[in-house]
Amino acid sequence: MASQLVRFADWTSPVPPVRREVLSALPHPDEGRPPLLFVPGLGHAAWAFREHWLGHAAQRGYAAYAISPRENGSLRAYVHDVVQAAAGLPRQAVLIGHGAGALLVAQALARYPAKAAVLSAPVLGGWSALGTALRTNPRGTLPVLFGGPLKLHRRQLFAADLPEADGYVNRLTRAPLRVYRQVFEAPDPQPPVGSPPTLVVGSPDDRIVTRKALDRAAARFGGAPLLFPGLGHDLMLDANWQEPIDAILDWLEKQLAA
Amino acid sequence: MPDTPDIADRRDAVCVIGAGASGLVTVKNLREQGFAVDCYERETGVGGAWNWRHDRSPVYSSTHLISSRPLTEFPDFPMPDDWPDYPHHSQLLSYLERYADHFGLRDDIWFGTEVVAVTPGGEGRWDVTTRSTGGGEERVQRYAAVVVANGHNWSPKPLGVDTSRFSGRVMLASAYKDPAQLRGRKVLVIGGGNTGCDIAVEAAQQAEKVWHSTRRGYWYTPKFLFGRPADQVNARALRLRLPLRVRQWLYHRTVRLTVGDVTRYGLSEPDHRPYESHPVVNSQLVYHLGHGRITPVCDVARAEGSIVELTDGRRLEPDLVIAATGYLPRFDFLTPDLLDVDEDGRPDLHLHAFARHHPTLAVVGLLQADAGLLPLAHWQSVAVARWLRLRVTDPVHAAAVQQKESSRPLRSWTRLRVVPSSRHWFEVSHTNYLRALEDLLREMEPA
Ligand SMILES: Cc1cc2nc3c(=O)[nH]c(=O)nc-3n(C[C@H](O)[C@H](O)[C@H](O)COP(=O)(O)OP(=O)(O)OC[C@H]3O[C@@H](n4cnc5c(N)ncnc54)[C@H](O)[C@@H]3O)c2cc1C
Ligand SMILES: NC(=O)c1ccc[n+]([C@@H]2O[C@H](COP(=O)([O-])OP(=O)(O)OC[C@H]3O[C@@H](n4cnc5c(N)ncnc54)[C@H](OP(=O)(O)O)[C@@H]3O)[C@@H](O)[C@H]2O)c1
Repeated sequence: MASQLVRFADWTSPVPPVRREVLSALPHPDEGRPPLLFVPGLGHAAWAFREHWLGHAAQRGYAAYAISPRENGSLRAYVHDVVQAAAGLPRQAVLIGHGAGALLVAQALARYPAKAAVLSAPVLGGWSALGTALRTNPRGTLPVLFGGPLKLHRRQLFAADLPEADGYVNRLTRAPLRVYRQVFEAPDPQPPVGSPPTLVVGSPDDRIVTRKALDRAAARFGGAPLLFPGLGHDLMLDANWQEPIDAILDWLEKQLAA
Repeated sequence: MPDTPDIADRRDAVCVIGAGASGLVTVKNLREQGFAVDCYERETGVGGAWNWRHDRSPVYSSTHLISSRPLTEFPDFPMPDDWPDYPHHSQLLSYLERYADHFGLRDDIWFGTEVVAVTPGGEGRWDVTTRSTGGGEERVQRYAAVVVANGHNWSPKPLGVDTSRFSGRVMLASAYKDPAQLRGRKVLVIGGGNTGCDIAVEAAQQAEKVWHSTRRGYWYTPKFLFGRPADQVNARALRLRLPLRVRQWLYHRTVRLTVGDVTRYGLSEPDHRPYESHPVVNSQLVYHLGHGRITPVCDVARAEGSIVELTDGRRLEPDLVIAATGYLPRFDFLTPDLLDVDEDGRPDLHLHAFARHHPTLAVVGLLQADAGLLPLAHWQSVAVARWLRLRVTDPVHAAAVQQKESSRPLRSWTRLRVVPSSRHWFEVSHTNYLRALEDLLREMEPA
């Protein structure tokens, strides 16, 4: 494993700075709970959390932030942006990554001692992620193997017959191709610093992340996954969005009290 | 030792002395290992040397880092990426203040409280005597371990020359704060470290006349090489694992091609190879030499009346002498045997951090490197915290680690070939040092 102390890549070619888009919803009054930083997966951006989760978390007393991926980024640059955003918050933050955003969080955890972490419908990279993608969405995924874009369709993302679904799918953007490849080729993340409690959430009806993948992620980060049957991959946008975020915040409250 | 009633027992808590960069990381990393921590800080704020309002701060108004941002930031709390390559000292202070707030460290820090004595309390425990800075009632508390993070850049090294009969003003570099102090003066700056060079450059822009006295020649590294901070260029060469001799040759070539032959300006030829003394990083010294604003001179022999006489017999008439002769470590609250301090005042610690005969006593930040100190202090404190944890959870494993570490050759982590001077007591190559710490961390992992 690469040295965790001698970090030549960080020292000799630092990631160039950009203006980052960070959306937020703040509680009134702020009683000092740890801030939450939501990290979207590929194709998504901060807006996906602004729809419901940011506001809901703020109502429950948490300063909630969501970051968008930089334009023309790379996996390394995205992880850098997550760590920068987290370190820029006034207090030690909770990182919550969705989809491939969970991979960003898992990698960021090796670079920032989060208060806690949540991996939601995690795509943790590696070729098994590609295998799953091929099985569940062959037509959308195959082009990736030949240098084309990954295509997601609404049935994969949402279980409910959401009236907004088409609107959401239209807002999806394409991450640069190299990022998809970097996700599939991503090595196992280095161990987290500061041993934050970590929760895995997902849905058995997710058409992108299989139940097996959820179990594997949970086994790796401790515990069993919290499951929300009936929801699609995009837990934060589906009709039943409130259930998972409430469960996440309940879990968090328990961790903070411990 | 019997318990005396006036000693408050803090049981498993660890005492940290100082809330500069090193103390702050230590508090955070001890807490991550589950320790209760009491940190004592004689000043009323965090930041140590980087808080230039502190009476002992060696920092002056124009100080910018000499190590670049990526090589200076904490490895788990980066500086904002839109900061300059070499941030200003005020940015470093705000960074340390944000670090303290982000991790809620102030709750564990007792400000305005000075540690005046640390004595063994039996069974590896320590009795720590504190009082309000500058006086007041003393209080003794017993701790399971003590980590010293009191800094080593605040107690000035005396200038070997008697200046009591000199009629001009003599000032220690630590008292120099602002260029206004130089305006219109005839200034002699003594010392060729980073402080001496920075002050000579400031004087070149403010003073009427500037002499810069060094007792040997140095390699002055420009802040930027090939458009990158010099330490990042150096890290590239280290990454390729080029042998020292090759790096020395490359360094020599690069400086020759960019800065050129500095003896043309009257500087003496270095009496050592590149990388054999602590890096002096300054692009402007040579520039002002070339403008004739700084006159380089040799060592000072004596000072009397209005005259300063040099070892080559030259006589100068400065009205202000600034001694930038560096700093010495000082541990007034410990008896010298605890840190194996020799008669010169040099402590002898395993990895410059662990007291050899006291497994619950360590020092963090007692280092100097070819890169920033903060990452080194971070990993030192991680190692100290894990070590203290291991002693509690698995004493057998801890004993094995101690056994193995005690035979670690010095060569694996220290810089052996450096100019013999007290300024190099704690000089390390940051990559070698980090690798040694990583080995130790690995040894301490559960089997
Ligand atoms: C001019 C200058 C420029 C520098 N530039 C760089 C640079 O570019 N990059 C770099 O990495 N490093 C640089 N350094 C080194 C610098 O010293 C370190 O970066 C850092 O400040 C060291 O932190 P520290 O916590 O070890 O010590 P300090 O910052 O000195 O902190 C020690 C703290 O302990 C407290 N203390 C001491 N004794 C007691 C006691 N008995 N009881 C209670 N509290 C006590 C002090 O009040 C202080 O707050 C520079 C140093 C100088 C002098
Ligand atoms: N801008 C910055 O970031 C910055 C600025 C200043 C300092 N620093 C850091 O702070 C630390 C201290 O630096 P420093 O420059 O104050 O001290 P230093 O590195 O110890 O340099 C002291 C200088 O004074 C000379 N000297 C020592 N005793 C002397 C004596 N009795 N007579 C004549 N000359 C004598 C030394 O010569 P020898 O070489 O012969 O011993 C050396 O040239 C270093 O780690 C440095 O990198 C950083």
